[in-house]
Amino acid sequence: MSHTAEAHHDDHHDAPTGIKRWLFATNHKDIGTMYLVFSLVLFFIGGAMAMVIRAELFQPGLQFVDPGFFNQMTTMHALMMIFGAVMPAFVGLANWMVPLMVGAPDMALPRMNNWSFWILPVAFSLLLSTLFMPGGSPAGGWTMYPPLVMQTGDAFPFLIFSVHLMGMSSIMGAINIVVTIMNMRAPGMSLLKMPLFVWTWLITAYLLILAMPVLAGAVTMLLTDEYFGTSFFNAGGGGDPLMFQHVFWFFGHPEVYIMILPAFGIVSQIIPTFARKPLFGYDSMVYATASIAFLSFIVWAHHMFTVGMPLAGQLFFMFSTMLIAVPTGVKVFNWMTTMWKGSMTFETPMLFAFGFLFLFTIGGFSGLMLGITPADFQYHDTYFVVAHFHYVLVPGAVFAIMAGVYFWLPKWTGHMYNEKLGKLHFWLSAIFVNVTFFPQHFVGLAGMPRRIPDYATQFADFNMISSIGAFVFGASQLLFVYIVWSCVRGGEKATQQVWEGAEGLEWTVPSPAPHHTFEVAPEVK
Amino acid sequence: MAHASDRYYVPHGSPWPIVGSVALLLLMFGIASTLNGAAIGKISMLAGAAVLLFMLFGWFGIVIKESVDGFYNQQVDRSFRMGMAWFIASEVMFFAAFFGALFYARQLSLPWLGGEGNNFFTNFLLWSGFENEWPSNGPAEIGGDFKAMGPWGLPAMNTAILLTSGVTITIAHHALRAGNRGMLTLFLGLTWVLGFLFVGLQGYEYAHAYHDIADGGLSLRLDSGIYGSTFFMLTGFHGLHVTLGATMLIVIWFRVLKGHFTPDSHFAFEGVAWYWHFVDVVWLGLFIFVYWL
Amino acid sequence: MRERFRRFIPSAVRGVIVFLLAIPAALADWEVNLMEGVTPISRDTFELHMIIFWVCVVIAVVVFGVIIYSLYAFRHSRGAVPDTSMLHSTKMEIVWTIIPIGILVAMAIPAAETLIRIEDTRSPDLTIKVTGYQWKWHYEYLGAPDDAFVKNNFGFFSNIDAASNAARQVDSGIDVYEIEHYLRNVDKRVVVPVNRKVRILLTSNDVLHAWWVPELGGKRDAIPGFVNEMWFLAEEPGVYRGQCAELCGRDHGFMPIVVEVQSEDDFARWVTEQGGAAGGGPEVVVDAGGAMTTADSGDGGAGSSAAVDMDMSFDELMTRGEAAYLTNCSACHQPNGQGLEVGGFPALAGSAIATGDLAAHVDQVLNGKPGTAMASFAYLSDADIAAIITYERNAWGNDTGEMIQPADIKAAR
Ligand code: HEA
Ligand code: HEA
Ligand code: HEC
Ligand code: CUA
Ligand SMILES: [Cu+2]
Repeated sequence: MSHTAEAHHDDHHDAPTGIKRWLFATNHKDIGTMYLVFSLVLFFIGGAMAMVIRAELFQPGLQFVDPGFFNQMTTMHALMMIFGAVMPAFVGLANWMVPLMVGAPDMALPRMNNWSFWILPVAFSLLLSTLFMPGGSPAGGWTMYPPLVMQTGDAFPFLIFSVHLMGMSSIMGAINIVVTIMNMRAPGMSLLKMPLFVWTWLITAYLLILAMPVLAGAVTMLLTDEYFGTSFFNAGGGGDPLMFQHVFWFFGHPEVYIMILPAFGIVSQIIPTFARKPLFGYDSMVYATASIAFLSFIVWAHHMFTVGMPLAGQLFFMFSTMLIAVPTGVKVFNWMTTMWKGSMTFETPMLFAFGFLFLFTIGGFSGLMLGITPADFQYHDTYFVVAHFHYVLVPGAVFAIMAGVYFWLPKWTGHMYNEKLGKLHFWLSAIFVNVTFFPQHFVGLAGMPRRIPDYATQFADFNMISSIGAFVFGASQLLFVYIVWSCVRGGEKATQQVWEGAEGLEWTVPSPAPHHTFEVAPEVK
Repeated sequence: MAHASDRYYVPHGSPWPIVGSVALLLLMFGIASTLNGAAIGKISMLAGAAVLLFMLFGWFGIVIKESVDGFYNQQVDRSFRMGMAWFIASEVMFFAAFFGALFYARQLSLPWLGGEGNNFFTNFLLWSGFENEWPSNGPAEIGGDFKAMGPWGLPAMNTAILLTSGVTITIAHHALRAGNRGMLTLFLGLTWVLGFLFVGLQGYEYAHAYHDIADGGLSLRLDSGIYGSTFFMLTGFHGLHVTLGATMLIVIWFRVLKGHFTPDSHFAFEGVAWYWHFVDVVWLGLFIFVYWL
Repeated sequence: MRERFRRFIPSAVRGVIVFLLAIPAALADWEVNLMEGVTPISRDTFELHMIIFWVCVVIAVVVFGVIIYSLYAFRHSRGAVPDTSMLHSTKMEIVWTIIPIGILVAMAIPAAETLIRIEDTRSPDLTIKVTGYQWKWHYEYLGAPDDAFVKNNFGFFSNIDAASNAARQVDSGIDVYEIEHYLRNVDKRVVVPVNRKVRILLTSNDVLHAWWVPELGGKRDAIPGFVNEMWFLAEEPGVYRGQCAELCGRDHGFMPIVVEVQSEDDFARWVTEQGGAAGGGPEVVVDAGGAMTTADSGDGGAGSSAAVDMDMSFDELMTRGEAAYLTNCSACHQPNGQGLEVGGFPALAGSAIATGDLAAHVDQVLNGKPGTAMASFAYLSDADIAAIITYERNAWGNDTGEMIQPADIKAAR
């Protein structure tokens, strides 16, 4: 097929069919769909691992799994969720929506777009295959701290290379998004007219380009330390195990904002739509996003307060960490004010946006508490931290993704989803996410360390509640799959605008959006 | 072809990305298995490399063809440039990780092992007698005695070579813009010759480093503690990038010979030139922080 | 149905608020809140924690209050008309930037003060070197002839207690509620005097660990090749429990820490008991690979010198061997000697080494196998090693009938 290029490139673009449509895809919508489906699958795999964790923690004593396997589950759960579920979901949404929002015919680099997706299944097959290897999967935590991670068996090089591949995929995806946004906007779409989802993704893409290669470097050093005798993380040779932590978190902290900034963007689209009122403080939202992104590069060592850094370092990282609350606060206050004097309805996307607003803020508060160094000496590596990051990740990032999916599903499929079931899904999720993760604050403060398969009996009650919450929360997600599936299959026809208060280019095209949307660039006033 | 300029070119489906993914699967599986000592590793690795090469030929081939056939307008050209620029940015960050490791070792971990800061007991209890100095292979003297690589022999020469190549490629670029194909061919050719000369000298330097001190070498190896680690990883990755860059230079040199590129449309040339400058700048960093200071 | 949902929203929100408000009421109970602890640092930290907590609660009440009010007041269904002229207000933006900054500064000051105090490890009354191992702690009291309490070094290992260890095996069939201090008990406690500044010098023999007793305030990582410092001053006698707080492999969850704070007199008595038995504990030395092993200063380490020159009977060796095996080896090779395939830990039952050449067996235990999790166990006493090896060669059907004496181990070192 190497002469596809000369074959009627300027004909009407017919949609290819069959397996080739997916394998050879260059259409942003097809690729977006593949990303989203992939992410859903990985969400379930990662979720199933979380279920193993919660089942073992249901009561004290070891009931089901060996402690070594438990650590494998913890490690793989996090890798699946972060690199397999949340990040690809956001890239999928960007693929679908960014060209529609800026009035472009497609992504700027369509072939590379395909490659960035198809690297992911390779990366995760390699990683998941380690479950069946002698010695099992990586079990050193998703943070891969040496020297422990060096004790990984045959899975070790697979872990390293799959991280390399995930990095390649993310970098290519990010470059594509940056170029699309900077080069493909319709005439008249100036930077400060772009929808906030586009803005937050632009900034996220910069974070990805700057952060992912650093992770690649860090794991490369692990590889050479293990196999080629280098001493980066070995004190005897003049290195330091902590050096890895610094390099890792230099990537890792921006990474957590990579997982939240697009979520901010989605929420910033949804709240104005259902409040029937433009976003309050658009400019300051953009500046706040940029400030968060900048700050995210100078706070990394708040993950390592207990490693014994010099005092000056600890103080610096404490202060810079606290500062992040300011731009994040600006965002929260802007959303709050957008709703003020609005005219609100509560369809499922809006409900999820609300869930996000409340629960992310709670997670932000616990983040702030963790940022206070002396207090972190008590919190660090306990379930308080686990509670913190699940609040920002599950009702934060994941809820925002679900809000986005409900919000745009009619645009993608041309059908309305089942609103009743959507609301049921929201309420089940919102209630049981709290049942799962709120008690973890308590056991964490009471002294339960994270990453343990078994615990002292005084933590039993809250762990049981948490496990029950997790089972119901997990089961509720089956509902989500059903809703999406039946919406794809059929349902009430969606209008062009879909939502009464919706504004923006993407709502000016038919639902479902045609295969190539803006073949002729629209004019933006 | 007239309308190529007013409409964005969206390619049809392409098999190359998926071929690339298969290549990566084979390659990565192969390397990982080889490291684990499994016999099929090598086969898989070779197969992966072969498929990857096939993919590169195919993919670049089709892009070049589309470009020559005039499907790309200025906007596409801009997309390519921006893509290249941000790719280079990500490469810079990759090197930053290793430079970070170098600075960390020199400014923090070695002084700490020597007892500075709040690390009196680190030195007293664990490494007593160790004094911080650079170069170092750490308190356990991993890899044994070695000598450091000085800056003023081959490395200085290599610096001159790379800097010259930066000049020659700029001259070639000007020649291309001015439509002077002869100069273009000459100076572009000179650039890649200099590039490979650099790689050759670097190889010679490595061989010298690896030889035992007794045999007139430096006994400096990848496992010579943190000095050996940072030295070889930084210069090694740089060398790899030079090799890659020089290869790309050859490719566009052949394209020049075939008459590709016009004075105002030559993204591939510029992309490679940027890359070459990037490699150049990294070398300056290396020369200063790895060889000299 | 719709109506019901609609009414449900505000009531659910109210429910959440009631729930949130109920938290402080329960805060006094240590199961839901940080422990106040028994050291000045832990109390300061606790106070800091409560301040931030309440600040967050107040902000939450304001922010959530406004949102919930809007949810109620500005609903489409109540006929709310959007005020689309509200686009931005520089004044408000400034206000909600400045106020949080002010709050943060107010929080940062006491936090910085506390932090500075925590980092001041100078002039301690007692120094204990703590080394993390997979998966146990080694404590070494650093003495000096003119020291008030400890005249010469002595040290010991502290493992999870036998009862917890038995109960925590997968499907052990033991009711963990029957075990006192399940997973938070050790075979040998660290003892310190009350009201004295105790400095902990923390390092590790293998991977990262972290030493944490919540009631003593704060944790610190144990890092191989580096020594971290922390200190505490316990103001009340008692027994305080904690555990390793940094993922350190398979049995990370099973390396508890128990600190007993005693009166000075009791402590002095305890030291004498220990000192008499120890007479110079093991010294950590570093091998070329940068890994640290504990070389034995000749007498066979903790509490064992008596056994060196004495031949032990087969039964003695087996009994001692079983106990020492369960403490030191069973984490990997399992109590039944079957090993663990998932972890790459070989079975010793029927193993070529444990049933074959005796010298190779001794070598494996004394020197470990570099590059694997099988570390050197040379720091164990000669008697323990002899007992373990004898046990391994005769348990689980390895009926070699062979035995080895502490003196042979000494010779093999
Ligand atoms: C989406 C992901 C995400 C997000 C957005 C955040 C947001 C924040 N995080 Fe979190 N964090 C994680 C994901 C995330 N984190 C993960 C995954 C880990 C664990 C990694 C691991 O170890 O495995 C972690 C761990 C972690 C730690 C290390 C804890 C430890 O290991 O000991 C710390 C410490 O400072 C921290 C702090 C913060 C802070 C200050 C924010 C801030 O951005 C929060 C800002 C928001 C608010 C404060 C709320 C809204 C603001 C207002 C209403 C304004 C007014 C408020 C005030 C003036 C207080 N996080
Ligand atoms: C985006 C990231 C993300 C997401 C979405 C989640 C989602 C969840 N996480 Fe995860 N988690 C992390 C990121 C994330 N986590 C990270 C970074 C760590 C730290 C790892 C480390 O320490 O290295 C961690 C660690 C972690 C721990 C601590 C483990 C430990 O320290 O030992 C726990 C324990 O409760 C947990 C639970 C859960 C649960 C119950 C969910 C739920 O929300 C999952 C819900 C989803 C499903 C359940 C799938 C859908 C449904 C089915 C599969 C159908 C079948 C269902 C049933 C049979 C009930 N997670
Ligand atoms: C941290 C885990 C761990 C602990 C604790 C441990 N071992 Fe091992 N042991 C291993 C591993 C891993 C191997 C396999 C090494 C290899 O790859 O050859 C091993 C191998 C052995 C072997 C050789 C078995 C064979 O046939 O190859 C013997 C004998 C042995 N250990 C004895 C002991 C004794 C005695 C103790 C306690 C004093 C002990 N081990 C504690 C991990 C451990
Ligand atoms: Cu030791 Cu965890
Ligand atoms: Cu962070």
